[in-house]
Amino acid sequence: MPLRRWWDRAQAVAGAPGVRGLRADREEWLLAARDVAASGGALQALWVSVASGAVLQTTVCGAYLTDRGVLVIELALPAGGDPDYPGLQGIFPAASRLQRAASDLSGARSSDPDTRPWLSHARPYEFIRVDGEGVHEIAVGPVHAGTIEPGHFRFSVVGEKVLRLEERFGYVHKGLERRFTELPILQGHRLAARVSGDSAVAFSWAYCQALEGMSGCAVPRRAAWLRGACLELERLANHLGDLGALGNDAGFAFGLAQFSRLKEDLLRAVAAAFGRRYLFDTVVPGGTAVDLPAEAARALTEAVRAVCIETAELRGIYEEHEGVRDRFTGTGRLQPDLAARLGVLGLAGRASGQARDARVDLPCAPYTEVPVAKVVQQGGDVAARVAVRFEEAQEAGRLLERLLSKLPEGGHTATVDTPADGAFGVGLIEGWRGPVLVALQAGPEGSIRRCHPHDPSWQNWPALEYAILGNIVPDFPLINKSFNLSYSGADL
Amino acid sequence: MLKTLRKIASVGVVSEPAPAPEESLRVRRALDERVAAVLGRALCIRHVDAGSCNGCELEIQALGNPYYNLEGRNIRFVASPRHADLLLVTGPVVRNMEAPLKRVYAATPDPKLVVALGDCGCAGGLLGECPASLGRVSNVIPVDVAVPGCPPSPTRILQGILTAISPPA
Repeated sequence: MPLRRWWDRAQAVAGAPGVRGLRADREEWLLAARDVAASGGALQALWVSVASGAVLQTTVCGAYLTDRGVLVIELALPAGGDPDYPGLQGIFPAASRLQRAASDLSGARSSDPDTRPWLSHARPYEFIRVDGEGVHEIAVGPVHAGTIEPGHFRFSVVGEKVLRLEERFGYVHKGLERRFTELPILQGHRLAARVSGDSAVAFSWAYCQALEGMSGCAVPRRAAWLRGACLELERLANHLGDLGALGNDAGFAFGLAQFSRLKEDLLRAVAAAFGRRYLFDTVVPGGTAVDLPAEAARALTEAVRAVCIETAELRGIYEEHEGVRDRFTGTGRLQPDLAARLGVLGLAGRASGQARDARVDLPCAPYTEVPVAKVVQQGGDVAARVAVRFEEAQEAGRLLERLLSKLPEGGHTATVDTPADGAFGVGLIEGWRGPVLVALQAGPEGSIRRCHPHDPSWQNWPALEYAILGNIVPDFPLINKSFNLSYSGADL
Repeated sequence: MLKTLRKIASVGVVSEPAPAPEESLRVRRALDERVAAVLGRALCIRHVDAGSCNGCELEIQALGNPYYNLEGRNIRFVASPRHADLLLVTGPVVRNMEAPLKRVYAATPDPKLVVALGDCGCAGGLLGECPASLGRVSNVIPVDVAVPGCPPSPTRILQGILTAISPPA
C-alpha cells in the first residue's frame, strides 16, 4: 500500500515512459524514501538545483526506480530556512556520494554524518584508516598503470589480502552540469554524448528523450528503431572489449587478441554503416543524424552475425579453459542480498540477482515492439558478470538482426520545437553498463536551466569496495574490470 | 587447447601496414631528429587521461588489437612515466588533474615527447576553458604532436605517434 500512495499522488513527467513526479515536504521526503525502499525500489539519481533567475527556490530531487515506474520526488529548500535536507544514506547507501557531490556543486548539504567533499579536491581527503598488527596501506592512482581513467584506490591489506578498499574520485570532474547551462537546449545532446564516451548513445538518447517529451515531438518509428540499433551496437562493442580484457586479466592473452579483433571488425562495420566507429553524434533531437540504406543495413547485419558466431565459439573456449575458470569463479563475489541493499544497477546488478532492465521494465520504442530477454545470474562473482556479458552480447546480436532487417519505412528525423521556459523532462535508457538517466529543465529562449546526467557507476562503485573484501590485491584488476565502471560518467 | 590452437591458426595474421607520418599534426619540433629516431626504435608510451570522457581511451585500447600490430612496430605501453619516452595525453586538462599531469611530465626522463589526443586535448573540445578545465594540453605541458578527432581513429593515433618520432618529410 505505502508506495501506491505516493505513486497515485504523483503527476506524469515528460520524456521516458512511466516517469512520475511529486513535490514533498521534509517529512514526506524521508517517508517516501522509506516506502520506496520497503517496496524493493532503488535510488536511481539524486541532484540539487540551485535557485537562479525565475527559479526562486533551491530544490533537491531524488529519482527512484520502483516496480511501478520512475518516481521523482522534489523537496524545496526554503531560502533562509534550514540549510540541510534530510539525508538518505541510512535508507539508500548510494545516496552518500551523491549528496556529497551535490554539496560540492551547490552548497546544499544533507544531514548525513559523512560531510567529506567528493568532487572537490580543494582540501586534503581523510581516508578511513584500518589499524592492527601487520596492516598496511597501498595507495594506487590517480594515474594508473594501464590505459584507463584516473581515480584513486586506497587498499588496507594484511599480506596480500584486502581488508578494506576506499575509493577517492572526482579527478576528471569537468563542470559538465555548468557547461550544459551555457549550451542551447537543442545542442545539449552533444555534451550528453560525452558524459561517458563509452555510453555515448545511451546518454545522448536519454537527453533527447527528455527534450522530445518536453517539446511534444513525436519521434518517427524508423528513428526509434535506428536508435535501438545504435544502442545495441554500443552494448555489443563494449561487451566484446570487456570479454577480451577479462580474459587478459585472467592470464589468457588469447582472449584479448581474439575479442579485440572482433570488436575492431564490429567498429569498422559500424563506421561503414553510420560514418563513424563510435556513435557520438548519431542520436540527435527528433531522430538520428543519418539514415541507414537497405544495403548498408544488410552489410551491418552480416558483420554482427559473424561477430556473434565467433563470440559463441570463444565462449566455449573460455568455459573449457581451466585457468580462466579458476580465476573467474568465486572471485569478487557480490551476494544478491548485499547487491539489493547497495542498490546495484545494470549489468553488475543483474549478475547479482537484481533483475532490473529498463528495456524490459519500462520499454520505450523500439523495445515495445522488439522485446528484450532479460539476463539474470545469481552468482555475483566475476564468472557471473562474464556470463551476463556473453548472454547480453548474443541478445544484442538477436535484437540487431530484428531491428536492422525490419527497419520501418519513413523518415528518420522530426522537427523539435524549443520547449517552454520551466518545462521539465526525464530520459531513461538502459545503456550497456546500466540505466542512464538525464533530468532536463528548460530555461528561457531555448536555454538549459538545469541538466543532470546520471551514470549507474555512481551506484556500482561502492559495491566494488565490498566485492574486493577478502580477495587478494592481484585479483583487483580482474574484479575491477568485471564491473568496468565509468570515472568520467560519475565525476561530472 | 586444441580449439584454441585451431582458432589461432584459422584467424591467421591480420596485421595491416602502418600509416605514413603526417607533418600537419606536428605542433613543434623540439627534439633533435636523430634523438627522436633513436627513441622510435623502441618507443615506450605512457598514457595519461587528464580529463577525457573515455572515448579516446577506447581508441587507444583498440590500437592494441592485432590489426595495428603495435609491438611489431617496436612500440609499447608502459606502466610508469619513469619508463616512458612519450606521453599520450587525452582530455582537456581538468583542474583536478593539473597537478598529477605535471608530476607525470616531470617524472618522465628527458628527452621526451608529448602527443595530445582528441579534439579536447588539441583545442579544449566542448568544454574549452572553464572554472573546472584548463583547456588544451599545451596550456599545461609542452606538446609536440596534436591529433584531433572525437575520438581519433587508431590509425590517426598511430600516425600521430609515428610523426613524433619521424624525420621531416
